[in-house]
Amino acid sequence: MTTWLVVLPVLLPLLAGGVSLTLARRASAQRVLTAAVLTVVLADAVTLLLHVDRDGTAVVAAGGWRPPLGIALVADLTAALLLTVAVLVALAVLVFAVGQGTAGDSSETAVPFHPAYLLLVGGIGLAFLSGDLFNLFVAFEVMLASSYVLITLNAGEARVQAGMTYVMTSLTSSLLFLTAIALVYGATGTVSFAELADRTADLPGGVRTALASFLLVVFGIKAAVVPLHFWLPDSYPTAPAPITAVFAALLTKVGVYAMVRTQTLLFPRDDVWWLLVWAAVATMLVGILGAIAQDNVNRLLSFTLVSHIGFMLFGLALSDAAGLGGTLLYIVHHIVVQASLFLVTGLVVARTGTSALHRMEGEEGEGGGSPVVAVLFMLPALSLAGLPPFSGFIAKFALLRAAAADGGAAAWLLSGAALVTSLLTLYAMVRVWRAVSAPAARDAEPVGHGARTLTVGAAAGMVAAGLAIAVLAGPLARVAERAAADLNRPETYRHAVTASEEPG
Amino acid sequence: MTMALVVGGLFATGVYLMLQRSLMRTLLGLILLGHGTNLLLLVSGGAPGDPPVVPEGASGDGDRFADPLPQAMALTAIVITFGITTFLLALAYRSWRLAGHDEVRDDIEDRRIGTVGERADAEPAALPPDDPAPDVPAPEDPAPDGGPR
Repeated sequence: MTTWLVVLPVLLPLLAGGVSLTLARRASAQRVLTAAVLTVVLADAVTLLLHVDRDGTAVVAAGGWRPPLGIALVADLTAALLLTVAVLVALAVLVFAVGQGTAGDSSETAVPFHPAYLLLVGGIGLAFLSGDLFNLFVAFEVMLASSYVLITLNAGEARVQAGMTYVMTSLTSSLLFLTAIALVYGATGTVSFAELADRTADLPGGVRTALASFLLVVFGIKAAVVPLHFWLPDSYPTAPAPITAVFAALLTKVGVYAMVRTQTLLFPRDDVWWLLVWAAVATMLVGILGAIAQDNVNRLLSFTLVSHIGFMLFGLALSDAAGLGGTLLYIVHHIVVQASLFLVTGLVVARTGTSALHRMEGEEGEGGGSPVVAVLFMLPALSLAGLPPFSGFIAKFALLRAAAADGGAAAWLLSGAALVTSLLTLYAMVRVWRAVSAPAARDAEPVGHGARTLTVGAAAGMVAAGLAIAVLAGPLARVAERAAADLNRPETYRHAVTASEEPG
Repeated sequence: MTMALVVGGLFATGVYLMLQRSLMRTLLGLILLGHGTNLLLLVSGGAPGDPPVVPEGASGDGDRFADPLPQAMALTAIVITFGITTFLLALAYRSWRLAGHDEVRDDIEDRRIGTVGERADAEPAALPPDDPAPDVPAPEDPAPDGGPR
């Protein structure tokens, strides 16, 4: 039973991706298949989350090979929590994509979209659940390979240009990841997380620091941490709205997750990590200042995405359970909110036919806007800026509380940067809001009523999920706290994996 | 020692090529970098020459065998790099077909935002511009030179 729960989020999307290719001629069958698979995986992820919360970490040794030799899938609380949120967002974005036409039956892009999308979800699931470093690499590759296809769907010149940048950067970071794996294997003789946690402790200090920094750079590229972020605002905005939404919401977060996982498990530390503190401060400030300079709404949102990656590093840099809990809450909040912002912006861009802010903004009294869309944008925007009572406030509050409890110079530095960034985020969001609330009435392509219901419904669903996070803040924060406590004690992970080696 | 030099050489050449403007050179750089990484993986498994799998009851020294795990990893990595390189080649071809050249260009939006400040200094009243930067070619503009053959 547990086996199936853990394996399903990886296996089902991968198999369905293959089946989906054979259905290339039957668009509606493809759509139903993708939606059905994602629904099943979502149900499975929720069950897994409840199961792991009750019975502790679930471990599956793939193919019956025991962990040091074989590949283990490990679902601890952190992985299960993030998996659930990720699949939820993937499902909502799928509905939006079908409504908006990227995956609808009228467009040529629908045929490659569905298999690639399923593989993307499978890769993300594998990345969250994987229990060894090399398997994590494979998961990243599955995920990135499908994202290459998605970002260059129906590619014109601009999209090919952006796609090249994106593929080059990702491939380079993957090769660096592989180099890091080779070095880790050379130093310790294993790639299994559970064994590595044991063996890295015995390494000489210099080697340890070198390996930790190497992995930090690798995942820093994938998560777009300043100064490794330059590829993101150039590549994401060119993709169609739903694809940008799913990339922005999930791909960078997988990078952050990998960073959290490797740093807490392999290189645990008790004190504040100054290198990461500076990276977090730089990411927050550079990202948001970049966002303010932008005129293209998608690029603006991409820069705020970079900026808010800094908040996730905030908690990790503090290296204590409270900080990690804040980071987890922030990841959950940000996945949902960033996806809803991109989806709603997609609605507006489809309506006005431009993504440049100064052209989007209409004359006074022109009345091209829709109040529903305006409200849909306002809620996640305020949440992103961290106004109470939205989810952003709760996540930021958890981080700031952790910083106050720590009380060191680094903690105050981080808190200051976080508050300034929140304020500037509000400013950036107000700029977009002016355009979104009263867009110029343009002769955009007419959209069918059913399609509009789907897209607005999906966007509204994401916004509602964001509000639900705020309502469920109590239980969610407790889950995040428990997950962070587990992360902070690598022994828990090790015991869970080694215990599974004994038969039974 | 030889291997270390080879790996170092491949990395250096790969990174140098990747910093070039031409897409083909960048791609070749990536391939070299990939080879360097795969060799590094192999080296991390121990000295070359020993068999990775020793059958039961085989003649010879049963204690001498190479670590099979890095070899398996290198194989996986080769397949992945190969697949994605093919994809990149297709993309580079498409870029050449569409644009008629294979150079990585400056990002148009970046350039536009970079010049906003300069223009603001020159004529303070002209901000924000009502039409998007007439001095920057629109993304749809075909390149003047070449063209698909």
